[in-house]
Amino acid sequence: MEGQVPEIIRKGREGCTGLKQIAFVSGKGGTGKTTLVSSLANLVQNKMLADCDVDAPNLRIIINGKVRKQEDYFGAKEAFIDPTVCLKCGLCKETCRFGAISEDIEIIPFKCEGCGACTLVCPVEAICLKEVKTGRTCVTETPMGTFSHAMLDVGAEGSGKLVTEVRKNIDGFKNNEEWVLIDGASGIGCAVIASITGVDAVVAVSEPTRSGLHDLERVLDLAEHFQIPLFVCINKYDLNREITALMERFCKNNGCPVIGKIPFDPSIIRALQEFKTPVEAGSKEVTEEIKSIWRRLTVEVMSLGKS
Amino acid sequence: MKIAVLSGKGGTGKTTVAASIATSLEQCQYIDCDVEEPNGAIFLKPDIKESLPVKVPVPRVEELKCSGCGFCAQACQFNTLAVVKGKVLVFQEICHHCGACLIACPQGAITEMDREIGVVEYNEDGTFMQGKLNVGEPISVPIIRELKRRVKNDMPVIFDCPPGASCTVVHSIEGCDYCLLVTEPTPFGVHDLKIAEQLVRKVGIPFGVVLNKALQANGSVQEFCGRNDVEILMEIPFSQAIAAYYSQGLLPAEYNPEWKDRFRKLYEKAERGVQG
Ligand code: SF4
Ligand code: SF4
Ligand code: SF4
Ligand code: SF4
Repeated sequence: MEGQVPEIIRKGREGCTGLKQIAFVSGKGGTGKTTLVSSLANLVQNKMLADCDVDAPNLRIIINGKVRKQEDYFGAKEAFIDPTVCLKCGLCKETCRFGAISEDIEIIPFKCEGCGACTLVCPVEAICLKEVKTGRTCVTETPMGTFSHAMLDVGAEGSGKLVTEVRKNIDGFKNNEEWVLIDGASGIGCAVIASITGVDAVVAVSEPTRSGLHDLERVLDLAEHFQIPLFVCINKYDLNREITALMERFCKNNGCPVIGKIPFDPSIIRALQEFKTPVEAGSKEVTEEIKSIWRRLTVEVMSLGKS
Repeated sequence: MKIAVLSGKGGTGKTTVAASIATSLEQCQYIDCDVEEPNGAIFLKPDIKESLPVKVPVPRVEELKCSGCGFCAQACQFNTLAVVKGKVLVFQEICHHCGACLIACPQGAITEMDREIGVVEYNEDGTFMQGKLNVGEPISVPIIRELKRRVKNDMPVIFDCPPGASCTVVHSIEGCDYCLLVTEPTPFGVHDLKIAEQLVRKVGIPFGVVLNKALQANGSVQEFCGRNDVEILMEIPFSQAIAAYYSQGLLPAEYNPEWKDRFRKLYEKAERGVQG
């Protein structure tokens, strides 16, 4: 029924209790979300890290550590036909709504959603569903804290489920930390929904472009939909001050505080090319701004709990 | 010819490349498959004339006929249904619209009703199309399928794909003749390029790379492409001027005819890539 909490959301809430979770998201990737999270990973004490961008997990490129747990994740099912039993009656093909069964009664793997409808109509039980691997999860111990991440197999389904698994792993390894910093998935679909469910705050990392503004509007809608407080950080704000001003006005009108503006700094790209975070590479202006972002964020998040 | 433009993640300039090719060609159809964050319209500024709701069938249980046996919930592989105190609860958002529950119900108590999850929009002649997923909806593939039903066959088609490498990208590039992988010269870029490369190889579509924000030293990307026998078809230099125009929603091909020419050549290279 409407208004009920769907499962992915219930699962998100089960994970991670007792510590404050902050998810960093951007409508599109490439706005500096991972750069910000990796810098905070250097600055913030007593925290855990999670990379929920399982399509293209980037945080692990700059944060290395010792593996504590690594597992294949079976997050989907697929139909298999036993050709020795099949009568080629074609009933399964007629039933499948995803065009996943060919003329010759063979399963087309990437079209199969694993729904099992075909198994229900086969008169001779020639079809069964099997679990298929959709990715691999990993928990590492790093100098910056315990770090949970995962990699979705190319073209696999169910990135949302894998994200939920990453967040469950955080829960399994917690050890009195205060914070969980989540590098969220991009977009507004299942992966990002799973990244932000149950978190204490969402930080949208945006760039002052026309498309950035458009994406920010969508992220705001999403945060409102799930009733999670949203904060905004404008990256490369000096690239287009006019749109930055528009963004600030937009945030003000919608009651989401802008907690920081990071200047455009070519040294960030150079730092990344050396596998370093901007804070490590020592760009002073950027480091100061990121520190101030964290100060504001802690104050804001702490006061959320009190009200 | 149908070209898909993709990248391991967003923000590498995928939309810039897709939209630039679209403005540089005499005639073509541009389809924004990035239904979670469609941005092509910002650059191409189409005159949207039609907006069609995308509807999916979700189960509806007729309480009078239902015996509370729970077969439907057992059949559903996506935990969409739960039987609580003899009543069936439907979590519509996570339904995959497969119809298994209908088949499983011995009482014929389940019928389907339409539920809107987003829209497909297009301009007068359908040369621009985009899909939009409604906020809060997790499943976007039906919208991509709807877009793909409206592909034109009498002109070049450019698909702006979703970021990442999950099922939504597979659905977007299916049936395309050529894939352009857009990347940038950072460790992230190389990492994501590898993922995208694996994906297109798996689906079996010829492809080439466009290097965006190119610097003097693009070592890692070039090395990767060299090692894997992948051609870099075009380099777009890193330039504050381009970034500033981009932030205004302007494409390099719009203010500089030379760029128009370069993007047309990119298309021609892709065309040759299909034949070769
Ligand atoms: S329904 Fe069963 S027997 Fe008939 S074609 Fe399909 S697998 Fe074969
Ligand atoms: S499991 Fe579902 S999607 Fe896969 S072949 Fe059977 S009916 Fe089609
Ligand atoms: S249509 Fe399929 S996914 Fe939806 S409730 Fe029925 S069995 Fe589950
Ligand atoms: S299978 Fe049919 S009768 Fe049984 S609980 Fe589901 S809807 Fe009711």
